Amino acid sequence: MTTATPKLPPRKRLRISLRSEAFTGLLWQILVVGIAIAVVAWLWSNAVHNLSVRRISTGFAFLGREAGMPITDTWLSYSPRDTYLRAFMVGIVNTLRVAVIGIMLATVLGTMIGIARLSANWLLSRLAAVYVEVLRDVPLLLQLLFWYVLMQGLPGARAAWRPIEGVYLSNRGLMLPSIPIGEGQLWVLGTAAVGLLVFYLLRRYLIARQMQDGKPRYVWPYGLVLVIAAPALVSWALGVFWTVTLPELRGFNFVGGLTLAPEYFALLIALVTYTSAFIAEIVRSGIQAVPKGQWDAALALGLRRSFVLKHIVLPQALRVIVPPMTSQYLNLTKNSSLAVAIGYQDIVSIANTTLNQTGQAIEAIALIMAVFLTISLGISLFMNWYNARIALVER
Amino acid sequence: MSSALEAPRNPRSFGQVQSGWGAGQRALRWLRANLFSSIGSSIITLLLILLLAKALISFVQWGLWDAVWTVPGNNTSACRAVRGLGACWAVIPEKYRFILFGTYPFDQQWRPAAATLVFIALFYVSSRRGFWRRELVYIWVAALVLIGVLMWGGVLGMPFVSQDRWGGLPVTLILATFGLAFGFPLGIVVALGRRSKLPAIRSLCVLYVELIRGVPLISLLFMASVMFPLFMPDGVNIDKLLRAQIAIVLYAGAYLAEVIRGGLQAVPRGQHEAADALGLSYWRKHRLIILPQAIRHVIPPLVNTFIAFFKDTSLVLIIGIFDLLTTAKTAIIDPAWQSFSVEVYVFVGIIYFAFCFAMSRYSRHLEAQGRPKA
Repeated sequence: MTTATPKLPPRKRLRISLRSEAFTGLLWQILVVGIAIAVVAWLWSNAVHNLSVRRISTGFAFLGREAGMPITDTWLSYSPRDTYLRAFMVGIVNTLRVAVIGIMLATVLGTMIGIARLSANWLLSRLAAVYVEVLRDVPLLLQLLFWYVLMQGLPGARAAWRPIEGVYLSNRGLMLPSIPIGEGQLWVLGTAAVGLLVFYLLRRYLIARQMQDGKPRYVWPYGLVLVIAAPALVSWALGVFWTVTLPELRGFNFVGGLTLAPEYFALLIALVTYTSAFIAEIVRSGIQAVPKGQWDAALALGLRRSFVLKHIVLPQALRVIVPPMTSQYLNLTKNSSLAVAIGYQDIVSIANTTLNQTGQAIEAIALIMAVFLTISLGISLFMNWYNARIALVER
Repeated sequence: MSSALEAPRNPRSFGQVQSGWGAGQRALRWLRANLFSSIGSSIITLLLILLLAKALISFVQWGLWDAVWTVPGNNTSACRAVRGLGACWAVIPEKYRFILFGTYPFDQQWRPAAATLVFIALFYVSSRRGFWRRELVYIWVAALVLIGVLMWGGVLGMPFVSQDRWGGLPVTLILATFGLAFGFPLGIVVALGRRSKLPAIRSLCVLYVELIRGVPLISLLFMASVMFPLFMPDGVNIDKLLRAQIAIVLYAGAYLAEVIRGGLQAVPRGQHEAADALGLSYWRKHRLIILPQAIRHVIPPLVNTFIAFFKDTSLVLIIGIFDLLTTAKTAIIDPAWQSFSVEVYVFVGIIYFAFCFAMSRYSRHLEAQGRPKA
């Protein structure tokens, strides 16, 4: 190889030399890309040959055919007579349902445990440390199987465990009270959302004004009017009833309320507790990364503790926290694919069933990868945007 | 929030308290400083003590007091009698050989046991700073060959055992260790490629790393188990364990590449310039100057990555390879023992925990020592 010989110090030459950096670089690139293309072409020709020998059809035409697989736990309407495409949609929604709720819960729990680890209370900080250590050092799949077995070992619906009124835990899953959402309720929620947006813009405007003339302005009365009073008025004007339906035992199962299937609930618990242990460590190191001098300086200015935490320490800690947090969110999303081990029908599980039914392995796996790459990209983009927002603005 | 988070921390250790106090007084002072420093803290302490006591009592009742430790033969009626109240630890002595070594021939099971010990010795040797030099590579090669000989046999009077009879802890260790041993050089090459000035090589490496890191390991394992055979020419039939191993190597390579890239970025430019000034070629520069420094920078994150692989190998359960978790799950398929999975999972969990905890302690110890001098 030409590069193995010691390189001459760069000299200006007009003619192309076999030893020039540009030439060897080009040679290397052609070589590596050529090998990569050759390997892919060889694999592809093998695949084409094997597929034709085994009479496996290719392409995504199977998506339009009847799936015939039962999916029990779904938010979209679905029956086995629907197409594979519909089944995949259900799978994607099921994955997102676990990932989004899991990310929110894991962030809250992880932050609480991270702060508990820094507590001045010795017992609390030791307990938080034990929690983190135990959960981080046992494989997630084992934890998932463990939670699932525990769920199956719970008493049946008739002897369900009831911690508070309207909440039942049994081997049928977790039953929660719910509020039925109809058209009227949607109007009220829409008003609240618009109010929140207007309030946010107004608050930014008022703060900008305050920066200019230095006069303090009250922001919260606007919030009260826009976010609370306006939706309440709409609700009253439209005559919307807000009823809470409690789950009720009828025969051998529950009706009404919101049901979290045991598979979903076990997956959620496993993902949230496992990821929260990692998030706790990130939060702890983020807060510790803020120099103690920042606390001292802020307290010396006579600021309140809560103010110091919110306006001095957290903004600095967030800069350290956000990048590793992004990869934890991505991990949680990817780990939700372990659902296949306990039979929660997420995208991986449905693609796997499809694969077994149709034999179209390449297409099924390509779909899994496409879905996860899209979700990963979405989370990365959002977190990069957020990171850029909170990044240090230097003059 | 402000009571839970005390930035200027109170003294925690006995040592910081003035000497000349009685032990009792010192303990009292410590208690006041660390458990009852304020009303909020006292309430938290009391609540936690209450919760802990409750959890401990019910655990002792389930795990020790009401537990069944042995049963005659395969008769689990004693266990069924206490079901839900006490643990049935009798399942562990009954099944531990299967959980640890799977379907490996029973009278030959000293061989996987010896292989496990070789693994542990290998990890121990690798963790000693005195061994961090070129000879370590030879030690690894020798150890991995020795493990291969022990597991396969066929020489020295040991009968041959094919891979599909391997199982349990050795398989978990093989998947994780070989994943690291082959993923590490792959990771170095990819990390160098990603920092290369050549656009085609750089984009190939970026594509590889981002593609692998963007999808779950399960999809790679599915690929290895169902898609890989489609991509092979006729007559080539690669063993299932090896296919999973290849998937894990590819997966490990992408993650290790990112860790090593971090180390490469930490090496100052002056080192590159000095090596160039000496007239070293690209490969000699990296082998002699850059990589030794870069890798020393990232040893703690490398250990953390290894912990992650060690846990992730359990995913091969989904494609039906007999690692430690799969043998555990299979052990309780036996009708007599079916309802005692919690006990088995606790047993296997302790094994995983022991390995990972040792490694994470070690990683923390390295970090506490600070960045080693290059």
